[in-house]
Order: sequence, then structure tokens, then C-alpha cells
Amino acid sequence: MTGWRAGIAATCLVLVLWQTVIWTTGVARFILPPPALVAQTIWENRALLAEHAVITMAEVLIGLALGAALGFVSAIALVASPTARALVRPILVFSQAVPVFALAPILTLWLGFGLWSKITMALIIIYFPVTSSFFDALMRTNHDWVGLAKVMGANPARIMWYIRVPAALPGFASGLRLAAVYAPIGAIIGEWVGASKGLGYLMLLANGRAKTDLMFAALIVLAVLTILLHAAVNKLCEKTLDCAE
Amino acid sequence: MTGSAAIDGTPIFSHLDLTLTPDSWTCLLGASGVGKSTVLRLFAGLADGVTFDGVLCAPGRVAMLAQRDFLMPWLSVLDNVILGARLRGEHPDRTLARDRLAQVGLADHVDKLPLSLSGGQRQRVALARTLMEDCAVVLLDEPFSALDALTRAQMQELTAELLRGRTVLLVTHDPNEAARLGQTILIMTPSGLVEVTAPSTPIPRDIHATDVLRAQTDLFDHLRRPI
Repeated sequence: MTGWRAGIAATCLVLVLWQTVIWTTGVARFILPPPALVAQTIWENRALLAEHAVITMAEVLIGLALGAALGFVSAIALVASPTARALVRPILVFSQAVPVFALAPILTLWLGFGLWSKITMALIIIYFPVTSSFFDALMRTNHDWVGLAKVMGANPARIMWYIRVPAALPGFASGLRLAAVYAPIGAIIGEWVGASKGLGYLMLLANGRAKTDLMFAALIVLAVLTILLHAAVNKLCEKTLDCAE
Repeated sequence: MTGSAAIDGTPIFSHLDLTLTPDSWTCLLGASGVGKSTVLRLFAGLADGVTFDGVLCAPGRVAMLAQRDFLMPWLSVLDNVILGARLRGEHPDRTLARDRLAQVGLADHVDKLPLSLSGGQRQRVALARTLMEDCAVVLLDEPFSALDALTRAQMQELTAELLRGRTVLLVTHDPNEAARLGQTILIMTPSGLVEVTAPSTPIPRDIHATDVLRAQTDLFDHLRRPI
């Protein structure tokens, strides 16, 4: 378990640096709260943090599931149809040039202050990495496998389903791993723009009331949840999707 | 097949006249780049980008066994063998597939993944898959050239035995292989096909048989002769 040990060591290093900065500069605790205070805040506000974390994670998980499904389907459609490829790829690239921050207020306007504007935000942020990495993997299918399938009398749809898709699943998995890290960012951006629940909302609220320790607490809870989500997705991918490698 | 082929305007071969003898093994030898593989790809219907000018009497659906096994790494040995049926949307016959795997001596490896098999075993899975296709015409593209000498000899014998009665086109670099397995032996040259008399004994022939050794020497001479 060298991975775990390295993670713990890195965490300790950050904590030591954090505390050293506070000791050497004597910075006020409402600007940079000491680690011990943040830990105490996390413990004292555990019910509050959990309540908001559940909302954020629900947004993230639904966004992740929908984004992955949508990315899966669109990558296959793009590979199957050259027309779709010619039409949609420039739009996809253009969509990445639009800062997602700029979209958040519009999404809130269209979809309201509830879950769906945040889910959509998470979906938009992960759609491109998922689609793009799965698409690239689908386009790289071993020509000889496709040739063999043709000789066996397969039509393009079956070649797609039985050869190209399974062969490209590791590519889909690497898109999902990225998505697991990006999706929380999308949900938080959505919450910053307009929400009444969620860790992003809690951060803004705490910041506005100069409760920096609570803001840090929310941030740490979010970071830990993201790491756990990434680890879970990673494990799932290793078990199910990486078999073609 | 009668005609000429070119890729992007570069001629690969011209005025080739190749007819496969039904129910027998035709061996095609020749220097690299002379177009043996193109002939095979034309028969298989895989010649994308090749311009063929002439008459090609398509053999219908064919089965193909190549130098590399092209097993799908995510499918078990059994699933690889029934892949053809899956790809055609037919109901796969697992019992027959198990029998085929037993025929190639892999009855104990049915549920394994290809990665856990040796090169020779993987090629035997590919052979079982080829048998499963049950086509009248079988195209072999140097199927044994990546194997070690001993495995190669065994595979030659096994393949000859299991593909008996089918029309086989074997593309090979190896004069010994042609002498052991060819019922018609053709050398492909830029100016056309040269037929070399094949031994008349049934295949697979013994490596040490005098007619095999003689045919092998003959083939070497033909291949080394300046064009």
C-alpha cells in the first residue's frame, strides 16, 4: 500500500507547512485558520457539513452518470457517422472555449436554483473529457480486428458493438477517471452562482460571515469526497473496463 | 483471379492468373513485396485502397488465419471461438466450439483469457475459430511463421489434418512449409506465376521424406534465381 502511505505523508507535509506559515507570519485566524481549528470546526459542524455534502455528492453522482452515458453514446455516434463528426466536432471544441463560469448564471436562469442547474453544470464539465477520450480510443481500433470481423461477415453495427466498443473501453475508463475529478468542480460552480444547499453554498455563506474556519472545513470535506470518488471510479474501471488492455 | 492490382496507382502485380484447385491446398510463395498478401486480401474482400482490374471470382464467405492470432483480449478462449457467429447475429453453438477446442488440444483452456496462453496455444485457438467458421475456402496468411520450429511443425500437421477437404490458399515464405503442405505450389514473381511440381503424396507430408526435401531444394533454387 505505498499509495496510501504516500498520501498520508503528503497530507502530513501540507499540515506541517500550513502550521509553519501560521507560526512564522502570525497571520490572523480569520485569514488563515490553523489546522487544529479547522479539524475542530469539522467535528463540531459534522451534521451541517454532512447535510450539505449529501446534496453536493448527489449533484456530482447524477451529473457523472448522465455525463458518462451521454459521452458514451455521442462518441459512438461520432465514430459511426462521418457527417456527425464533421458537424459536431467543431462545436465540441468551441464549447470548450466558452468558460463554464459564464454558463452557470444562464443555467440557473433556465433550470432554477435546485439540483438540476448543478447537475447540468457537472455534466457539461465532464462531457468533453469523456466523449473525447472514448472517441479517440474508438478511432484507434486495431485494423486487423476490424478486418477479421469483416471477413467473418459482420455488419458495421456489430463490428462497433462487439469489437470497437470493447476494445475502446480502457479509453472510456480514462475519461471517467478525469470526470470523477472534474464533476465536483462543476457542481460547486453551480452552487456558487445560486443555491440554498450544498458545500459550495456553505463555502460562500461561511466566507461572507468571515467564518474562514468553516469555509476551510467545507473545502476539506469536498477535497476528501473528490479523492474518494476518484478512488472508487478508479477501482470500478480497473475491475470492469480495463480488461481490453 | 485474373488481372492486375495497384495501390494508389503503384502497380502491385499485373496479368496474374491464379485459380485455386477445389478441395486442395495451393501454396503461394514469393519474395516480399511481390503482392502475395494483396492476392489474399482481394480474396478476403479486405482490399481497401487496392485497385483491381480484372476478373475476380469471389469465393463467397471465407475463413482466414493470419500470422498473428488476432484474438480479442477481453474475450475468453471459448468466446473468441464463437465470435464469428456473434458477429453475424447467429446463435453460437457452444458445444461445437468446445469440440473444436478439444480437436486443437485446448479442452482444458476453454474459460481462460488469451493473455494467459502461449503463442502456440493462441494460434491453436485461432485455428479453432477458423474451423468454427466452417467455410469451403480458407485463406492462410503465413499462419505458422511466428512460431518456434517444433510448434510450427505440429501446427502444420494439425492444420492440414483439420482443414482436409477444403480449398486452402496458403501464403508462405517457407519452402519447407510449401513442400510439406502444398498440393499445388506456385511462386509469384513480378512477371507472373511459376508452378513448381509438388510431391504427389498426401499432406501433411513427413519432414524427412525424400520428395519433400527434393521439392524444398527445388523451391529454394526457384526463389533464388534472379528475375
